[in-house]
Amino acid sequence: MVQIVKPGILIDFVSKFKLAVSISIILIVVGIGHLIIKGPKLGIEFKGGTSIQVEFDKPIKVTQLRNAIKDSRIFSDSRIQNIGSSNKRFIIYTKVSTSSTTKSIEDALKPLLKSKFGDTFKILEVDMVGPKIGKEFRDKGIIAIVLSLIAILIYISLRFQYRFAFGAILALIHDVLITVGFLSLFGYEFTLDVVAAILTIVGYSVNDTIVIFDRIREKVRSNRKLSNVEAINQGISETLSRTVLTAGTTLFVVLALFLFGGHALKGMSFALLVGIISGTYSSIFIASPVLLLFKGQLIPEKKEVDSTDRFKQQIEFDIKQRGG
Amino acid sequence: MKTSTWAKLIIVFSVVAIFGAYTLPTIVGKKNAKYISELLGGILPTDTINLGLDLKGGMHLVLGVETDKAVFAVLSRAANNLQQQLLNAKIAADKVIPSGKDATIKIYLVDPKDTDKAVNIIMDNFPNYKIVSQGQPIVIKLKEQIVEKIKKQAVEQAINVIRNRVNQFGVTEPTVVRAGENHIVVDLPGIKNANRAVKLLGETARLELHLVDDSVSVADALNGNLPPDDEILYEIKRDPTTGEITKVPFVVKKEPIITGDMITNAHVMFGGPLNQPYVAFELNSEGAKIFADFTATHIGKRLAIVLDNVIYSAPVIQSRIGGGRGEITGNFTLEEAHDLALVLRSGSLPAPVKILQKVTIGPSLGKISIDKGKKAMIFGSLAVILFMIFYYRLSGLLADFAMALNIVIIFGTMVMLHATLTLPGLAGIALTVGMAVDANVLIYERIREELLIGRSVHDAVNTGYARAFITILDANITTLIVALILYQFGSGPVKGFGITMAIGLLANIFTAVTFTKTVFDIVLEKFRPQRLSI
Repeated sequence: MVQIVKPGILIDFVSKFKLAVSISIILIVVGIGHLIIKGPKLGIEFKGGTSIQVEFDKPIKVTQLRNAIKDSRIFSDSRIQNIGSSNKRFIIYTKVSTSSTTKSIEDALKPLLKSKFGDTFKILEVDMVGPKIGKEFRDKGIIAIVLSLIAILIYISLRFQYRFAFGAILALIHDVLITVGFLSLFGYEFTLDVVAAILTIVGYSVNDTIVIFDRIREKVRSNRKLSNVEAINQGISETLSRTVLTAGTTLFVVLALFLFGGHALKGMSFALLVGIISGTYSSIFIASPVLLLFKGQLIPEKKEVDSTDRFKQQIEFDIKQRGG
Repeated sequence: MKTSTWAKLIIVFSVVAIFGAYTLPTIVGKKNAKYISELLGGILPTDTINLGLDLKGGMHLVLGVETDKAVFAVLSRAANNLQQQLLNAKIAADKVIPSGKDATIKIYLVDPKDTDKAVNIIMDNFPNYKIVSQGQPIVIKLKEQIVEKIKKQAVEQAINVIRNRVNQFGVTEPTVVRAGENHIVVDLPGIKNANRAVKLLGETARLELHLVDDSVSVADALNGNLPPDDEILYEIKRDPTTGEITKVPFVVKKEPIITGDMITNAHVMFGGPLNQPYVAFELNSEGAKIFADFTATHIGKRLAIVLDNVIYSAPVIQSRIGGGRGEITGNFTLEEAHDLALVLRSGSLPAPVKILQKVTIGPSLGKISIDKGKKAMIFGSLAVILFMIFYYRLSGLLADFAMALNIVIIFGTMVMLHATLTLPGLAGIALTVGMAVDANVLIYERIREELLIGRSVHDAVNTGYARAFITILDANITTLIVALILYQFGSGPVKGFGITMAIGLLANIFTAVTFTKTVFDIVLEKFRPQRLSI
């Protein structure tokens, strides 16, 4: 049997809480600080503007491209990004967009490139977003993130006690902040895809946290003499191999997306990469120890038999019946 | 075997068969799928998965209908009408000004004593308006529900017109749908000449024939001496050699004689000394009658052909024109004439449209994206598959089969629902692959624990599944909530991401739990193993 984590191992995770919180706070402060000082790098779908992806037959220099377009009013303060390593594909970003159906931004670009590079280029993609709809996308993105946090808060409150919901949400906010901070630090843009990735991280992180919470609850119920610290440490330790394995398989895939998925998936897969690592870490080091901030038993005895328990007992009864 | 095991086995086989059948065409290609289906008597589906624009190339447009302008058009007509009625009642009005912003018309009377009489006329003849102020000016306001109705109709009509134009433009599988209150989303897959299409869709194409008012000199009118029922419109001429543009002003009657909604057909014809293209149009019976009567009584006068407030030509009426036919000449290229005929055929937009978002993706980029996405998915899945076998041996292999089944179900469901696979959707599937094995990891770890505390293989498997099931359910439901929110709030590609995740998670409960458990049940009953390969 191949094992990553030795069975029966018991690690004192709770005692590392202070250290973990310090590391997290430093990372968040650095990341979010960077975001606030530099300002968020919004994708054009959020702020409006036009991006044009051009491919040249032969490699060219960015400065050549910049010189070709800098005298135009539309492209004078545009940003140029080199895609891949071939020096053939570039994205030109400009803040200008047009709502007119008769004029287009790419029609303004074509003659500029043509006079300098002849017919050696091809426009691969044009993405133009008007400022009005950009605001709509922004609002929708924020609503979506807030809504999912609320929905998860409600779900966990229903399925566990309030302190669990508190722990899970704290871990979620932690993951979102870390991811957003890292995106800013590494110069990634906030696009719709990235928002989708952040929401996915929210889902993934809760998933991870719930597995651990479930085990902690089971520990408390099976042995009422267990202290809160013991229950939490045992719960995390016993699910540790699963936590590591799942994070591992998901990371394999996300890493493949990041490395081979091409430019279009870069931002999204980077966010997922950071978020999954952060989500795994926070489930262990943040969400669970936070449960101790509240005084008293993790699960009060009078709430012992709720509907889920009855369901669980029924299942166990069935197992005994069949197994016996 | 127990009946319950048989039942599960049948369910598993049916699921594999159904979703497999829907996935097959996407794997082998539509042509081969048709061939296979024919061999089997045509029972198999032949639809392949619907690729998003980001994968196959094309254009995505979000248009905003300027509904305020539709309201303004109604107000202007009412204002003209009112002015005429006041004139008939011998009430002198200085100005009658419509305002689209607050949906009001302001009436400035020459003599304030006429106010009561004017108000009576308004109350009798303009039931859609309420009187806001009876002072100087009189202010009347279009009722709120009428404004809403006009806006709603404008959007609906715009969708119909645009759909018409898209259909005539000749793209395969275009979609034109309403989004939000006044947005129209147009997807044109595989379109080559994107900018021409945009021009075509966005053209208001309001054709009107106006009588040129020769009793007023153009110079006078430009100096401000414009009779209230006249307006100044321009003919735009382009010199074919120098490309220089000149604007020629005309004084025309405000009230059009013929409007575009009377046009039943339009097509390109060739004629004139240079055999140039022009657009010939046909009118409906009402239009034909008006046209015939009007031309009969106005011989020698000029008739301006106005498209979207620009005069194309102003020919002199030579004789009565019967039969309801007319033509628009101008220095058209063949393409321009073709597009003009098309927009006239498909009707005019009730209000101008603006581009809010435009995404054009070349087919080559879509291909790059598919190739890269595929590559990433294959590498990622391969790593997961090998790892699972390495770690859990035969049970790991079983989890791999469950994962493969999960992907088949995602593809099959998407084909069934005609859902669209986008690039982020592809990432969603890849991610589901990573998370799909999670349920099995949870179960297997639990079984290992149960085995370690000394339970029999049979007990360990059953307890492992039962214990892990609730956790799996909890964990999947929370992620599902997020996936549904993504689907609801996302647009285009992100929606695709949400839908693949949602299907993947639902399928996961079946593949990772029901499917693998069935296999375990059969193995346990048939072979009664003393050890598990886990």
